[in-house]
Amino acid sequence: MAMIWPLAAQLVQMTVILVLSPLLTGLVRKVKARLQRRRGASVWQPYRDLRRLLGKEAIVADNASWLFRGAPYFVFAATWVAAALIPTFAANLMFSWSGDLIAITALLGSARFALALAGMDIGTSFGGIGASREMMIASLAEPAMLMIVFSVAIIAGSTQLSTIAEYMLNGQVGLRVSLALALVALLIVALAENGRIPVDNPATHLELTMVHEAMVLEYSGRHLAMIELAAALKLMLYLAMIACVFFPVGMSGTPGQIGPDTIGGAAWLVKMAVGGVALGVAETAVAKMRVFRVPNFLGAALMLGLLGVLLLFVSRGM
Amino acid sequence: MTASAWMILALFALALLGVLTARSAAGRILVYGGSVVVCAGFIATGFLALTGPVERLVLPLGLPWIGTNLRLDALSGFFLALIGVGGAGASLFAVGYGRHEAHPERVLPFYPAFLAAMALVVLADDAFTFLFAWELMSLTSWALVKAHHGEPDNAQAGFVYLIMATFSGMALLLGFGLLAGTEGGYAFDVMRQAPPGTLAATVVLLAALVGAGSKAGLVPLHVWLPLAHPAAPSHVSALMSGVMTKVAIYGFIRIVFDLLGPNQWWAGTVVLALGGITAVLGVLHALMERDLKRLLAYSTVENIGIVFIGLGLALAFRATGFEAGAALALTAALFHALNHTLFKSLLFFGAGSVLSATGSRDMETMGGLIHRMPRTAGAFLVGCAAISALPPLNGFASEWLTFQAVLLHPELPQWGLKLMIPVDGAALALAAALAAACFVRAFGIVFLGRPRSDAAAQAREADPWSLIAMVGFAVLCLLAGIVPAAVLDSIAPVARAMTGSRMPVQLDNLWLTIAPVEASRSSYNGLLVFIFIGGSMLITIGAVHRFASRGVQRGPAWDCGFPDPTPLSQYSAGSFSQPLRRVFGTVLFRARDTVDMPAPGDNRAAGIVRRIADPIWDFFYAPLGRGVGWIADHANVLQFLTIRRYLGFVFGALVVLLLALTVWQ
Repeated sequence: MAMIWPLAAQLVQMTVILVLSPLLTGLVRKVKARLQRRRGASVWQPYRDLRRLLGKEAIVADNASWLFRGAPYFVFAATWVAAALIPTFAANLMFSWSGDLIAITALLGSARFALALAGMDIGTSFGGIGASREMMIASLAEPAMLMIVFSVAIIAGSTQLSTIAEYMLNGQVGLRVSLALALVALLIVALAENGRIPVDNPATHLELTMVHEAMVLEYSGRHLAMIELAAALKLMLYLAMIACVFFPVGMSGTPGQIGPDTIGGAAWLVKMAVGGVALGVAETAVAKMRVFRVPNFLGAALMLGLLGVLLLFVSRGM
Repeated sequence: MTASAWMILALFALALLGVLTARSAAGRILVYGGSVVVCAGFIATGFLALTGPVERLVLPLGLPWIGTNLRLDALSGFFLALIGVGGAGASLFAVGYGRHEAHPERVLPFYPAFLAAMALVVLADDAFTFLFAWELMSLTSWALVKAHHGEPDNAQAGFVYLIMATFSGMALLLGFGLLAGTEGGYAFDVMRQAPPGTLAATVVLLAALVGAGSKAGLVPLHVWLPLAHPAAPSHVSALMSGVMTKVAIYGFIRIVFDLLGPNQWWAGTVVLALGGITAVLGVLHALMERDLKRLLAYSTVENIGIVFIGLGLALAFRATGFEAGAALALTAALFHALNHTLFKSLLFFGAGSVLSATGSRDMETMGGLIHRMPRTAGAFLVGCAAISALPPLNGFASEWLTFQAVLLHPELPQWGLKLMIPVDGAALALAAALAAACFVRAFGIVFLGRPRSDAAAQAREADPWSLIAMVGFAVLCLLAGIVPAAVLDSIAPVARAMTGSRMPVQLDNLWLTIAPVEASRSSYNGLLVFIFIGGSMLITIGAVHRFASRGVQRGPAWDCGFPDPTPLSQYSAGSFSQPLRRVFGTVLFRARDTVDMPAPGDNRAAGIVRRIADPIWDFFYAPLGRGVGWIADHANVLQFLTIRRYLGFVFGALVVLLLALTVWQ
């Protein structure tokens, strides 16, 4: 019986993050449209898109292999598992110890690995260009992400997200140079990993600089739906991660208690909404970069992260 | 102990059998099958030695006043088991793969002798036996590298390898000479009891780095490795990359951790610096490479760098008296060494199957092999994912452990370590991310897409024996990834012997979680991650097919409405690495792409010329080679002197030596 409440809390977390992630995507699109003085589609549009795609039969190229058909499900599953490990309304969920921040980063790496391979499976030049550029971006974004993990882990003395969130929640952290550097670096990494402006443009097909869209160009029907859902999940995952590490206000420490969990859930929803609006504003405010400017942008994140870690190795108080 | 000696003898007997029966199919099956059996024996002996007592054996061979001392302790046991695993896989693969060999008489006699020499290195308990076995290992592998000496570049590969192997042997000879001291105590026990002074210890450490490092492929001594490993037949490449580099690591651990006694903290800094540079440079080279086997060899250089990062951390922690940390770092290094044996052997088996199916190592002529070699492709994919450190496979488990060791102790007193450890953490992260790019490229170009040549379009699946070896290693990669706790607990006795401490017992943790320090600090559960991913994948597939849609319609590729008719317009290995070449290669490798556009009226085809320079070769080896050539040219006069002048030189040398002796005393 003692297992029921923690298990329920874990399942609620997995379901909530899955169900709400298209809404976040819809919100970002709506904000962008309003800022461009368009009315824009309803915030529920991503759900309608998913239903439409799921209902259609999949059209698969003649020479596609099993990898092409299996990859969308794997990408979705790996992203979902990674998202389930992020504390949202409460820390210390039942399975939170089965993977730490490094494992979450690597799980997203697994998903990317599968998607890049799927992009190369048909043998079109668009698939190749997308995969190649995705891996180029990842080769800088992933080490930058790990440097951020290092900074946070050294301050909190743990790579477990739950422990980190509780440590940050205690309020003994104060203002630190290394955390500020890590936050800036994490924002850059989050933009790059989710293919947002200025790194990639999620709103367009058929642009010569597209990365993510070029990889998934051959997908249709339910396969495309899985990939779109995984992308929405990943966006929510990054926002939730930023919220959990840097703004854990309101989060409940022990899951399974109705009161604190409700407060935590409400706080989390507010945080996600604020994050979505901020992302929409930021995307409207900046222009997209040339592909070969992106390494400089991400290199800055890597260097900021490394600087933060070096400061911490020099002095724990920085 | 006696059993392992008999096993080594059995391998030498198999070598003899190879000489006699090389030309027949029965010879192939006998030699490789026999090697599988002996290697299984190595696994069993090595595994038992991990927990068992230290065993010794003295054979009346070798130098008359020393004999041949053999000893089996936990460290030897671990590496003996590792040789057994790698050797059994390679031999099993070769039972089938060996039939493609044009000249089996050049491979069969040396193959078991190579295995025997490696086993003898890890069992040796005196300097003479160690060096004899080390040189035997170099020579037999050199003979195997030269098995296909007629192919272009292989002659040069053998030459460079021989020079580097000689150099490595000389460095180790110097190191052991200093360890033995003036009394000439060549047995390892004597060396342990009399650790050398600070200066001598420094020289021994450098000699071990040069001697074992060059065999392992540590930058800048790695130049022979990407030439020699791919030149050998593929199962031998797997042994050289997967196992021989680990024997070199054993040599380093035995000398530096065991024989040399306590070390200075800066030793850790030096090893960390070399490890970090090796990891990043190795994987960058691999990214630029278009020869599949050479790509794998460069990636070996990268993984050796990762192992040395772990060893450097262990040395640093041990010197600062932080024994638990040293145990964690050493365990991570050994675990990664074992994992590398598993996935690199698997990848070389795959490359060998592809080579025999398409007749080429050039990735630009391949493509679409997943349709014609589905099982090889599946196993190769597991190897690629494992080496790219993706959960839930084994490469991630060991790199995760190395990251935990990096994060362990930020409050070290030494500034060199304070700066070097985080920089190495960044190098490790960069290497892991680049490895993922490298292996997406390798798998995507070779197995996915459309075939780029007729040979690739008509490739055939590998034979059953090769497939058993590949699938078996793929399963081992998965097992070591989802139950790392079992492997870590088996390594614990080695860590205790070398660092005086061990990691907490892992198999006691709930549900096979690994927690290197304590659960609140960091934990990872490969099994649960595997079950979660697998489970949610199955549930999603089931739900989508049940409630949404099931139909599949096949059609021509969409490709934005402009399908390209020729497979040559696909992304190639060169174009895939172009962005990375531009980001990382412009400064480091002076990579340049120039368009060669003929003048109007010229009928020549236009082309793009790609240039990559190897900085280590250009700035270190090329001047060194020129210097040696210059000295040789000028020393040539000495060859044509009269007897009177030679005697004059002898007299002069005697006078100088006597003078030196007088000054010394």
